[in-house]
Amino acid sequence: MKYLDEFRDPELARTLLDQIEATVTRHWVMMEVCGGQTHSIIRNGIDKLLPPEVELVHGPGCPVCVTPLDTIDKALAIASQPGVIFCSFGDMLRVPGSDRDLFRVKSEGGDVRVVYSPLDAFRIAQQNPDRQVVFFGIGFETTAPANAMAVHMAKTHGLTNFSMLVSHVLVPPAIEAICSSPTNRVQAFLAAGHVCSVMGYADYAPLAEKYHVPIVVTGFEPLDILEGIRKTVLQLEAGRAEVENAYPRAVQRDGNPDARRMLADVFSVTDRNWRGIGMIPGSGWELSEKYRDFDAAYRFTVTGIVTKESEICRSGEVLQGLIKPNQCEAFGTLCTPRKPLGATMVSTEGACAAYYNYGRFTESEGAPR
Amino acid sequence: MCLGIPGKVIEIYERDGAHMGKADFDGIVKEICLEYLPEIEVGDYAIVHVGFAITRLDEESAMETLVLMKQMGVLKLELDPDAALAAEARIALDGEHR
Ligand code: SF4
Repeated sequence: MKYLDEFRDPELARTLLDQIEATVTRHWVMMEVCGGQTHSIIRNGIDKLLPPEVELVHGPGCPVCVTPLDTIDKALAIASQPGVIFCSFGDMLRVPGSDRDLFRVKSEGGDVRVVYSPLDAFRIAQQNPDRQVVFFGIGFETTAPANAMAVHMAKTHGLTNFSMLVSHVLVPPAIEAICSSPTNRVQAFLAAGHVCSVMGYADYAPLAEKYHVPIVVTGFEPLDILEGIRKTVLQLEAGRAEVENAYPRAVQRDGNPDARRMLADVFSVTDRNWRGIGMIPGSGWELSEKYRDFDAAYRFTVTGIVTKESEICRSGEVLQGLIKPNQCEAFGTLCTPRKPLGATMVSTEGACAAYYNYGRFTESEGAPR
Repeated sequence: MCLGIPGKVIEIYERDGAHMGKADFDGIVKEICLEYLPEIEVGDYAIVHVGFAITRLDEESAMETLVLMKQMGVLKLELDPDAALAAEARIALDGEHR
């Protein structure tokens, strides 16, 4: 039991595991949606501690991984333009575009800056009135309130040199896409806790009912994940398919109302292409009509983008839970964090990077149970 | 970037017409936006996403989470853009995440 000692409260972890073991009678497949959860599961060997009946598959909840290739290429083109200051979260720097990444643009002289918050980009725009400042606004519902506020403040301050390249993605339509796929194996979902801190979890009830899948709002710390799994197994074994909140200390039913009001003002729902997965209807946010002037996709004309995706990379299947990273031929050989073929090997939230960093090189590898 | 980090609100003020403040993340102090938690007071804890307080948290769970994040080595990477940039450069050179 190598991993158990490292839990904050090993005794509680043992109790949760025992309850899961005592409840489970058959094989179940559940998906953790959030990349932060994937990372935590692999790092702490949770998948190896669970009884073999419980199979965890890793979901599409890594925003860096699913940002579409043509958007990355557009970002690279804008960042290369003279006079532009291109601001991004650090995670996006090494995500492979068709022929290079932002890191490369930076090393070739582009003014690419890593910021902690989108408001930092807003300030950079205030301080550099003679430069165009572009922020790469990506992420799930967790980063959206911050990005929305940066655009809102740019508007209220009348900034004409700030814009955002927006590629937001939404969790519920992704769950729906996975459930309705003919190849789907997932029977239950651990919903991403912090996404629900913002949005609440009312949107999941129709999905749980329609596809008869339990959806349990789950945190990302090891004990939170075990508790989410325990609640999910209880539901599955009882034949229930409900939305439950296993992370009440950070999630309220209606999320954060102030944030949701701002989101409704700044963004509108759009169809979004997910890298590796494809188009999912209604699965993204773009800037609403009212904020169109701040949309970098409109401000900068970028033409001649020809996207070229790696032919070997199977990240789409990884992101949909169809294969585990180490089932990809290129894993750890042609594809490593240093020379990633797909975004799932770049981001620390990506499943391929998690498997690589914690030494899951073969399917059976890991700690002994 | 997607990770929420618990911080303790240590100061509240207005800046550029927005409700802002400072938060202490286990010794690292950052400016954060409090527009989405207008009721929050100095001394309270909140989960902060990319500089925005999103949800309140009790002190005990905040401290536990911070200890855990420190162990995992993510605190500095999330909060300090220079550290994040350096980490990306290091991975590009020798392939190691952390
Ligand atoms: S290991 Fe690399 S090539 Fe294979 S799916 Fe993951 S990112 Fe793509």
